[in-house]
Amino acid sequence: MVQRYDAVVVGAGGAGLMAALQLAGHGNVAVLSKLYPTRSHTGAAQGGIGAALGNLEEDHWEWHMFDTVKGSDYLADQDAVEILCREAIETVYDLEHWGLPFSRTPEGKIAQRPFGGHTKEFGKAPVRRSCYAADRTGHMILQTCYQQCIKHNVHFYNEYHVLDVLIEQGRCAGVVAFCLATGEIHTFHSKAVLFASGGCGKMFRVSSNAHSLTGDGMAVVYRRGIPLEDMEFFQFHPTGIYKMGILLSEAARGEGAILRNKLNERFMERYAPTLLDLAPRDMVSRAIYREIREGRGIDGKNYVHLDMTHLGKEVLDEKLPDITEFARTYLGVEPLTQPVPIQPTAHYAMGGIPTDVEGRVVIDEKNTPLPGLYAAGEVACVSVHGANRLGTNSLVDILVFGRRSGRHAAKFIHENDWAPLGDQADSTARDAVSQVLNSTGKERAADIRDVLQDEMMDKASVFRDAQGLTTLREKLGELRERYKRVKSEDRGKSYNTELLEVIELGCLLDLAKVLVESALARVESRGGHYREDFPKRNDADWLKHTLAYQTSKGIELRFKPVVITKFQPMERKY
Amino acid sequence: MQVTLKIKRFNPDKDKEPWWGEYRIDAEPTDRLLDALNHVKWYLDGTLTYRRSCAHGVCGSDAMQINGRNQLACKVLLNSLGNNITIEPMRGYRVIKDLLVDMDAFLAKYRSVKPYLITHGPEPEKERLQSPEDREKFDDTTKCILCGACTSGCPSFWADGEYIGPAAIVNAHRFLFDSRDEGGEERMEILNTLEGVWRCRTIFNCVEACPRDINVTRAIGEVKKALLYRKV
Repeated sequence: MVQRYDAVVVGAGGAGLMAALQLAGHGNVAVLSKLYPTRSHTGAAQGGIGAALGNLEEDHWEWHMFDTVKGSDYLADQDAVEILCREAIETVYDLEHWGLPFSRTPEGKIAQRPFGGHTKEFGKAPVRRSCYAADRTGHMILQTCYQQCIKHNVHFYNEYHVLDVLIEQGRCAGVVAFCLATGEIHTFHSKAVLFASGGCGKMFRVSSNAHSLTGDGMAVVYRRGIPLEDMEFFQFHPTGIYKMGILLSEAARGEGAILRNKLNERFMERYAPTLLDLAPRDMVSRAIYREIREGRGIDGKNYVHLDMTHLGKEVLDEKLPDITEFARTYLGVEPLTQPVPIQPTAHYAMGGIPTDVEGRVVIDEKNTPLPGLYAAGEVACVSVHGANRLGTNSLVDILVFGRRSGRHAAKFIHENDWAPLGDQADSTARDAVSQVLNSTGKERAADIRDVLQDEMMDKASVFRDAQGLTTLREKLGELRERYKRVKSEDRGKSYNTELLEVIELGCLLDLAKVLVESALARVESRGGHYREDFPKRNDADWLKHTLAYQTSKGIELRFKPVVITKFQPMERKY
Repeated sequence: MQVTLKIKRFNPDKDKEPWWGEYRIDAEPTDRLLDALNHVKWYLDGTLTYRRSCAHGVCGSDAMQINGRNQLACKVLLNSLGNNITIEPMRGYRVIKDLLVDMDAFLAKYRSVKPYLITHGPEPEKERLQSPEDREKFDDTTKCILCGACTSGCPSFWADGEYIGPAAIVNAHRFLFDSRDEGGEERMEILNTLEGVWRCRTIFNCVEACPRDINVTRAIGEVKKALLYRKV
């Protein structure tokens, strides 16, 4: 079945909805989501969205920009970071105008609080920059953007899973998707396609990510010869609920919570004397791993405590109600009186599909755009987060670059016609589905995924080295072989979610391989990528972005210079 | 611990009638029910079908009847459910496959209350001001995740499928009581019907069902009062 649209947006989280709102009224637009839009993972973001409104104290977008660049370990492209921090301000006001129920200051302005790595006067002290709605900011952003989409009659295809992107004569011609309800394969012939399908945290055992975050958008594009940028940089959030990985927002530490080891020491004093518990996430996660490794985990186990007991009932009830409830529900711990067991949790892919500041997908080190193809949000790499993202900046990113990409795509569909659709455009997607449904193999997806998640957690998470990564590379090869024999017991048409999980696992396996190859190549430590065998940052050789291409001979790595405008790389201390 | 999950199964491709599947598994008492369902799907029977995403109670995908009560499978631990657990799809919605139900009508009702801020006139350059007290008035109803548990648990809805249902009213409340909103009149017209807010008989099932602890019946009461006095 072929349907024709001016533009198709893939994914209905913050970035996709923001893009769709820009496209609405400019043509015939469809938004495809493998979920119902309000189930998207933007809704799980908690602590806030960073913008230098200065509602509680002096603040400037230049300070926000400096913090973002320094937080990125100088790998972010500074032209993009400048746009991010300037446009953050108007974006937050737009959200307020659309009805987002921000928490308020006594004068009725948008409330703001401190967050990791956000400072005043270029690093002097923490600043209140994170605009929040209790600890449900992401939920409110997702709801508000979806409400605007209802108002503007945006057309959604819910529970459609994208299997392939169509590239014809150097242009994007559409996508092929699988309708979960019917099992039918649909071709969406489109002038522009905008991927906003989120991250791939489910390649790790302990993750804050939803089950659905399997990197589908990244994998689908990568298989069509488009590179993935900086995939070795994966953020581990310091405070995930022990074993489950459920996120406990940095807002807790923003409100004053303290990390403690088994000796009850505030160990961050040793690692970041100025910002302490509000140091950036990569540093805090490494500090926790070191404490555990040196025997100071609680009861000798692999977790430490997040202590909120001194914050008081009012702060927990009004400013951190959800995470307080998570601790009660999932751990049986009362945060008012007991410390909460936490461990770092796989949280965010800094890397992704390379784009320019208009959200256009670029395919080489010269930033050549692929006409008609766009990406925004976690699936993309602009790059505003470089080697480590600051808290609150993912919400800024999805909205600022969701909007910019949507606006550019709106212009594009006015000025361009459809690229011709090739013969049997859906054949790759059809083959992939029928291969699984007709498989005579005996492998279960869950068994392969278990090994993948455990191995990635063990060898490619907070600490890495050549030996572990090399072993991991071999292991991934074995898993790829096993995946060829994977089966689906469910061979039905309607809501075959087992088939979907098999397809998702294929994406994770491809992306894990890209991550490992990129991590092996980068023989330095920077931001979220820490090599124990190369513990120092090496700007002379490695101040550059990685581009990983799938070729017939395996993965080919190329490199792209970093855009540096205002801030020269310096040693990163907090 | 050993638990037995008794799950109501139905596959439209094969089954004329629903049937009960029983699955015995080993699990940790602190596992979520969703973990137990995943265990069945991943290692015992891949055809078991349900929706899930975030796995910690914020996306609203996995509401179902668990031991007869609407709950999110990801927000209830096995240690609170006993060793024999009965799992059925939510009531009141058409079952599509196993625990997965058709939510289209539910979501259409949500969309029908104009769940978006309505304002007239130009917007200020910066934010609109709103006092913390005004913000507090609709705080509870901003928490809704559209899981459908309240509407499915409502006897008035069982008796009359046309009833707009508690979830839609909660979302109307969220805007009616927002000091910035100017769409009160048009929204009240939608609710001021027999199938609107007046079908509610104050049974309180919705309050018990809500996984976000929204006081749904109170919100509905406030909307009724606003309709009677034409004032929020």
